[in-house]
Amino acid sequence: MFQIRLHGRGGQGVVTAAEILSVAAFAEGRHAQAFPSFGSERTGAPVVSFCRIDDREIRTREPVMEPNAIIIQDATLVHQVDLFAGLVHDGYALVNTSRDFAELGFDHTLMSFRHDRFMTCPATEFALEHLGRPLPNAALLGGFAALTGQISIEAIDTAVKERFEGSVGERNAAAAAAAYAFVVSKMKELTRASSD
Amino acid sequence: MLRQIEGSRAIAETVALCRPEVVCAYPISPQTHIIEAVGAMVKSGVLTSCEFINVESEFAAMSVAIGASATGARSYTATASQGLLFMVEAVFNASGLGLPIVMTLANRAIGAPINIWNDHSDAMAVRDAGWIQLFAETNQEAADLHVQAFKLAEELSVPVMVCVDGFILTHAVEGVDILDQASVDSFLPPYEPRQVLDVDEPVSIGAMVGPEAFEEVRYLAYLRQRDALERIPEIARTFNDLTGRDSGGLIRTYRTDDAEIVVVALGSVLGTIKDAVDIRRDLGERIGVVGITTFRPFPSEAVRSALANARQVVVLEKAFSTGFGGVLSTDVAMSLRDMDFDLRTVVAGLGGRAITRRSIEEMLEKAQHDDLESLTFLDLDQGAVERERERMRTVRRSGPSAENLLRDRTADLSKAVRRGA
Repeated sequence: MFQIRLHGRGGQGVVTAAEILSVAAFAEGRHAQAFPSFGSERTGAPVVSFCRIDDREIRTREPVMEPNAIIIQDATLVHQVDLFAGLVHDGYALVNTSRDFAELGFDHTLMSFRHDRFMTCPATEFALEHLGRPLPNAALLGGFAALTGQISIEAIDTAVKERFEGSVGERNAAAAAAAYAFVVSKMKELTRASSD
Repeated sequence: MLRQIEGSRAIAETVALCRPEVVCAYPISPQTHIIEAVGAMVKSGVLTSCEFINVESEFAAMSVAIGASATGARSYTATASQGLLFMVEAVFNASGLGLPIVMTLANRAIGAPINIWNDHSDAMAVRDAGWIQLFAETNQEAADLHVQAFKLAEELSVPVMVCVDGFILTHAVEGVDILDQASVDSFLPPYEPRQVLDVDEPVSIGAMVGPEAFEEVRYLAYLRQRDALERIPEIARTFNDLTGRDSGGLIRTYRTDDAEIVVVALGSVLGTIKDAVDIRRDLGERIGVVGITTFRPFPSEAVRSALANARQVVVLEKAFSTGFGGVLSTDVAMSLRDMDFDLRTVVAGLGGRAITRRSIEEMLEKAQHDDLESLTFLDLDQGAVERERERMRTVRRSGPSAENLLRDRTADLSKAVRRGA
């Protein structure tokens, strides 16, 4: 089972992102379960959602305690929330930011995890470019597909367009594709750097 | 068709396939998504021949459902928690009158203190209200139970409450196979009321009944619930023939055949329990699970035979009777009377506290060593409780306990942050 925890702020679509991810996994014939953290969500307040993907029926109903991957929609949450709590030692983290981990002050955290699995992605910028609105969730799902290989970008594309009709779907899918390409090329850079 | 869909949406679409003629409801979390979706389907014309009535309260919702049902209309509503309590007088009326209303209860804790999260206090508060109460383990079952509920309710003229864990199921997105209209139509015939308010053939429904007949009225209701114990498995079998799915029925057993310890529970927590049991089974422990799908009428005989060979029975409940202990436990104990058994009650998940697989495993470990107290509160913060007890002992005006606990907790957290923990 692959478990994902998504962190964001109310209004950023963190619940929708988990749902879309589960729909994408479903589109690939896998079992998936997405659910919110059931808080009294308010705009701007920290919100958490979860997604599980497996090849067999998912029975558990507990919150995701030990995620294999974390998607962070808003890096400023680090001041309020223990973003990396429970992340498995070889887990993935995708952070929406145009800065790097050193600038974010994540260096210390990074030391306990695999560097090649921690990735920043300027998803809000991709969203602004393609949607004209700062809603980074589709872009982050594209980045997630590239980083983890748990899901294909085609499935993300399908799920995004299923969730948002017409041009909104097209533009979100374009943001996802852009973020996917961005993360793929960053990973290639990392591989080159480490083999040099 | 199998779809990846929110539980509330799956319930709403399935209710629509049952062709309700009147839907009336007042929004309350975590039921709201269900009612919003049904309302939208009426408005868009997906659900035809149905009147959606916005009411001013839950009391009105159940009252309108009673009126509608009494005129022969298939009637549906949904609520949760305080909403159920607000309609409770009408809840008793619906069953007392023998009106086959179907209601979804998106299970949620009851205040005070105010809490919107899941537990079973609401369902337990009305367990004696004369309704049939079915509990869903998954969203697939939640959807399927509604189709069975209408059939059962209308055959027996008894209202049915489908209990679905609030948020945990209602807000979870997972694969649900939504039936097609032809299948539902073949399973659920049009409603043929036993009694109907009709201007051409006037009758009184719900007039005064004195001591000369009241007991018999109640006894007839008891017999109808006994009949339900026969009909529920039959309806589940017919449903299985139609869909191939094992939804509904009285109870469901999991790895109980050679089990020395059996955990009994209601609703969605069964999934997490099964995962924990599989792990303990791999360690060689003989543990099984009994899920109670039909809580009212209580399937005593089925429970008795499922637990006949267990050395220890652990009843895990998301509610309790404050002055006594387990609620479900009492029913299980009654079912096992004159048998040699050892029963433990574990209260868990109150007000939405997560029930983790790890905590269930620890509970099973204790049960294995006969270390489980007769009444345990899973993951209780004993230190927090002691601190408040001490405050109450030493200070007369110790203030509101709930707020004291929260303040202590915030202080602990900020201390931990300062320590850099």
